Amino acid sequence: MKAGAKTSPQTTSQELAAKLQAQFGNLLTGPVEFRDELSLSLTDPERIAEVCLFAKQSLGFDYLVDITSIDNYGDDPRWSLIYHLYGYGHLCYLRLKTEVSEEKGELPTVTTVWRTANWHEREIYDMMGIRFLGHPDLRRILMWEGYPHFPLRKDFPLSGKPTDVPEVAFTNAAPQAGGPFVTVAGGKDAMAREPRGRNPQADTPDLGTGAERRNDPSEAHGPPQGQSPISPAKKE
Amino acid sequence: MGLACCAIELMAAGASRYDISRFGAEVMRFSPRQSDVMIVAGTVTYKMALAVKRIYDQMAEPKWVIAMGACASTGGMYRSYSVLQGIDRLLPVDIYVSGCPPRPEALLDALIRLQEKVSKEPVLAMQKRVAE
Repeated sequence: MKAGAKTSPQTTSQELAAKLQAQFGNLLTGPVEFRDELSLSLTDPERIAEVCLFAKQSLGFDYLVDITSIDNYGDDPRWSLIYHLYGYGHLCYLRLKTEVSEEKGELPTVTTVWRTANWHEREIYDMMGIRFLGHPDLRRILMWEGYPHFPLRKDFPLSGKPTDVPEVAFTNAAPQAGGPFVTVAGGKDAMAREPRGRNPQADTPDLGTGAERRNDPSEAHGPPQGQSPISPAKKE
Repeated sequence: MGLACCAIELMAAGASRYDISRFGAEVMRFSPRQSDVMIVAGTVTYKMALAVKRIYDQMAEPKWVIAMGACASTGGMYRSYSVLQGIDRLLPVDIYVSGCPPRPEALLDALIRLQEKVSKEPVLAMQKRVAE
């Protein structure tokens, strides 16, 4: 699929990651490969815009797929930001990771590189409270102006907190009634699978090897079991 | 008020197969001023809640509310910081329809029950309620 769509000579993510590392030296560590995708870690978040600009202008990463953030609550640095890059010229992905400490809580915007970063960064600001320096319009995007919390932080309760902004919106804590209710994938019957209030560590049923994380997605269905429905039936 | 996926079933109830006009309720107004019943179809987020309340306040008396589906009735599966746990925390609800989403038949049944309820409401009590 990929080979047919390419017009330029075959470029790989490995080559592009190596070029990026050659430009920025030991600022970028890695690459770490997982399921044929490469991740580079940027040690200094202050230079994210510079790295991204080079990746776009010189390496052809013209599409910013997504920016996500992770709350490593209890660890330092607390925030991880992950930039997913893609290029329509070479059809290669690259992932850039960087970390920001809680005290700092801000890093430069990449809206100067890709305009689509505008709403991604607003969402991260809304949900996690990480600020982006130089962002043209850093407002909340899902919650309303005046909402005092950052709901995707790990120290924010799932049921929410009571707030009130008169004439705009209010919130109350949701009753959990024994929840949060979690499902367990791969349970034997509906009783085992259905969402219930359970302790994910203690109550996970014995799933054998089926629940292990697979590095190769083609193993997802396991080895063939029994006969294929289209093969002729054996005579006993 | 089509707020989420229940609005799809609400549209199905309005279309030709289920044909909500058999019960005289086919005119979906886009203004609250000429409406008698508000069907709250779907998840009411806190961001939307006061807008729903405002539309209800704009409806002329007498007026009725149907909470369609689990989310509008109780918050449904969204035990969350962002979702109002039932529209009855803001508005007086006459009929709750269970389901996620309810079948169009369930919504039509709710309409019939609402008509029964309205037919049994004493007229003078209604006038008193309006006067308050």
